[in-house]
Amino acid sequence: MPWVIVWVKETVKMKTKKAKVRNFHQAKWDEPVIFELSTKGERGILVPEAEKEIEEHIGDGIGVIPEQMRRKKPPALPEVAQMRVLKHFLRLSQHCLGADLNVDIGQGTCTMKYSPKINEEFVRSSQVAELHPLQDESTVQGALEIMYKLDLYLRGISGMDWFSFQPGGGSQAILTMASIIHAYHEWQGESSQRDEIITTIFSHPSDAAAAAVKGYKVITLYQGGDGLPEVEALRKAVSERTAGLLITNPEDTGIFNPRIAEFTKIVRDAGGLCGYDQANANGILGITRANEADFDMCFFNLHKTFSSPHGCGGPATGALGVRKELKDFLPVPVVEYDEEKYFLNHDLPHTIGKVRSFLGVFPAVLRAYAWIMSLGAEGLKEVAHIAVLNNNYILEKVKKLRGASAPFAKGRHRIEQVRYSWQDLSKDTGVTTEDVTLRMADFGFHLWSSHHPFIVPQPFTIEPTESYSKEEIDEYLAGLEKVTEEAYEDPDKVKNAPYSSVVHRIDHSTLDDPEKWAVTWRAYLKKHKGQK
Amino acid sequence: MKKMKSFVHPYIPNSVPEVKMKMLKEIGVKNIEELYQDIPEKLRFKGALKLPEALPSEYALKKHMEDILSRNQSCKENISFLGAGCWQHYVPAICDEINQRSEFLTAYAGEPYEDHGRFQALFEYESLMGELLDLDVVNVPTYDWAQAASTTVRMAGRITGRKEILVSDTISVDRLLVIRNYCRPMVSIIMVKHHPETGLMDLDDLKSKISSNTAGVYFENPSYLGFIEPQGQKISDIAHENGALSLVGVDPISLGVLIPPSHYGADIVCGDIQCLGGHISFGGGQGGFIATRDEERFVMEFPSRLFGITKTSVEGEYGFGDVAYDRTSFGVREEGKEFVGTHAALWGITAGVYLSLLGPLGIQELGKTIMQRSQYAMKRLSEFKGVKAPLFRSPHFKEFVVDFNGSGKTVQQISKYLLLHNIFGGKDLSQEFPGLGDCALYCVTEVHTKEDIDKLINALGDCLG
Repeated sequence: MPWVIVWVKETVKMKTKKAKVRNFHQAKWDEPVIFELSTKGERGILVPEAEKEIEEHIGDGIGVIPEQMRRKKPPALPEVAQMRVLKHFLRLSQHCLGADLNVDIGQGTCTMKYSPKINEEFVRSSQVAELHPLQDESTVQGALEIMYKLDLYLRGISGMDWFSFQPGGGSQAILTMASIIHAYHEWQGESSQRDEIITTIFSHPSDAAAAAVKGYKVITLYQGGDGLPEVEALRKAVSERTAGLLITNPEDTGIFNPRIAEFTKIVRDAGGLCGYDQANANGILGITRANEADFDMCFFNLHKTFSSPHGCGGPATGALGVRKELKDFLPVPVVEYDEEKYFLNHDLPHTIGKVRSFLGVFPAVLRAYAWIMSLGAEGLKEVAHIAVLNNNYILEKVKKLRGASAPFAKGRHRIEQVRYSWQDLSKDTGVTTEDVTLRMADFGFHLWSSHHPFIVPQPFTIEPTESYSKEEIDEYLAGLEKVTEEAYEDPDKVKNAPYSSVVHRIDHSTLDDPEKWAVTWRAYLKKHKGQK
Repeated sequence: MKKMKSFVHPYIPNSVPEVKMKMLKEIGVKNIEELYQDIPEKLRFKGALKLPEALPSEYALKKHMEDILSRNQSCKENISFLGAGCWQHYVPAICDEINQRSEFLTAYAGEPYEDHGRFQALFEYESLMGELLDLDVVNVPTYDWAQAASTTVRMAGRITGRKEILVSDTISVDRLLVIRNYCRPMVSIIMVKHHPETGLMDLDDLKSKISSNTAGVYFENPSYLGFIEPQGQKISDIAHENGALSLVGVDPISLGVLIPPSHYGADIVCGDIQCLGGHISFGGGQGGFIATRDEERFVMEFPSRLFGITKTSVEGEYGFGDVAYDRTSFGVREEGKEFVGTHAALWGITAGVYLSLLGPLGIQELGKTIMQRSQYAMKRLSEFKGVKAPLFRSPHFKEFVVDFNGSGKTVQQISKYLLLHNIFGGKDLSQEFPGLGDCALYCVTEVHTKEDIDKLINALGDCLG
């Protein structure tokens, strides 16, 4: 009922507030590295000592360790009292802007949407947090039910026939697709002949990289004048060596490839399998599916489209769906239901084995399930609609910014994101994308450049999702406008930013020099402080 | 003018009809459908998604979720002896306090200018692990131990230019499945036998299989089956004499009482950090680490992010950033080392908090209490006629194989009985290691009190009669 659209006659005048950037300053604690907080003898936590009776039975317990295996000198961990450890990491958290604080629309391709807090309550309950993956199936029926039902829901959303939640992120899901492609051709007796995987330059880097891990030669199609890979180029690329296609759609430009079904047909006719990277699915939920475009398999990022939080870069889930013909190749186990109970099926005849331990990241599966339950079918479609609405609204506004442009597909609408360019700004003022991103930090915003290589010069990618209100979007746009104005009026102001961030311009030369890089504090002390 | 009015879900602010209309107007279209102009009719999904009725009120959702979750029984209200790579340790309150902070939980890929704290926290994680492992390079976490071991093996292949890996056959079968898939068809895996009595690697078998094709020898310490492998230096020496690398998987929580693998010749060390402040979460708490010496030939083969410390334009200010970014697939796509993406960073931050709390004394005391409790459990279990604990005649850490072959009952029967008494028995090994017959892998940590262990013993006493 709630999603029925009603047409009403009266108009309500909305007040338009002129958006402006805020007078922001990030917290700055000048916080030392944890080792610098160490005071000999302080304790952060005590461990439960063995009971007296155990001690009497066993002694110190470590006497049995062979002499050469005994660690006599303890590791040089810092010694810090509990409250100070807390304070230290709280301060570090304040040096970090998560999506909950930021208007996090500048991290295009990553779908930085709202991760509902109620779902955190579920994953932190003992019924989830204290559940062992090897427990008897009778004791984890709730967890298995959630996995099974999310599988059913994603089948509907994609048109695929079976899902695995084992991949621990999008890249691992791509690896799983490449592994299935390999196992399939091995089964067909063609694995040595079919040694090429085709992808496109505006698909995620892992579509190319994970294919290479499986030994494939990667053929990358570049965009034509309309920003899309060309059908003719694909025709030339396919052959009896083609193992498969790994592609996103819409690509990272936000342009939907209307000829995608021709792509899958060409690859399938050549004997290859087609894997759909649906990292960019947020604008097409309920609108178009892997099934209609004739893909053999696809994956969704539960930590992006389906709201599980990004956690500074995981844990995550790349939910992988396949057609029934490929079910037997999935990683084991898969969750099934026999009308009485949920159970794990380890017996898939052509399984690629496993890609991650146990059953994957269950908390991400649970959050995705809860998110879908909150929204329902109409709600998911509304997610897509508003994500696309927000994106095209921003497109209209960014196009009007001096120095900004949206290459390709002129006059067309985009799906959920746009890859823009500061090329004109850069030519006019010398201010680069990197400079703009650093200045945006002064207003409490993050702006990401883009994945390499920079096919679009001076790129930046904005993906607003459905989560941010128009006012927040306007505030972000006001930030961009302010920076472009500054770039033309006083480029050095932008080039010397940030001013209100935790830190100032970082010296990257150290990080690329083997003599100077330091990945740990101990390496830093040795290389920069002369300690042995 | 007509205006749309519709239900506004709390997660979707711009569903407000007036806002929607205003934005459409700015774009210059009449409705949202026009924005989908590039999706042809034949690709359109025509039906309605088959989903249950929505529960948009948070309360209704909560009731629904709690109802489903109530069908789970957890290791909180039961005593669990399950481990096998996912271990129940005590999680200090501060670990959860930090990892549920919005700032960390919902951050992703910001620049050091918005996310300085994320970079520093993960740099500190790397540094704390570096002390535990006595190595100078540790990665931002990968998915889990299985992936860490897989990458370790592939790194060894690239560093040596060789295509065979020798792997101890006491490895977890599931982990081996991941490694095999990750290596196929680029690197082949050859198993090295163990001594049936001690579990230790059969060095004669190792010597007979190692060759100029061998990129590395991978073994675990403590092993998957819980015993401590004291021949680490010998194995490393054999590997090195043959131009191969020594690759070791380790349970990091053992390193307060056991020497780190770098002390017995390991070149690349890997393992899981779930034990360091992470919940078991139905297997969702895993995170993998990989560590090496600070040599360019090693560092340049990591696929993972490596956060390093540097200076900024302000004197005395620490900055953090990516070390050697151009080796990654983010930088150079298929020319990069394997691939990098979203892995398990939040568990890295959590493990950093955990190690900061524990300190040098804590990690030692923890190792000691685990040794004592697990030995107590083994001792008590061995009192049963026909039960052998541990199966292997070697010292163990935290986990051990219990041999029920002489007990007259199968592991399945025993576990079923224990379950009735709110005890989750150890992992049945009869599928993974059929040669062992009725054996189970039991895990005892600092969370198992004497009372817990005695309850197990009492229940087993009743079961075995």
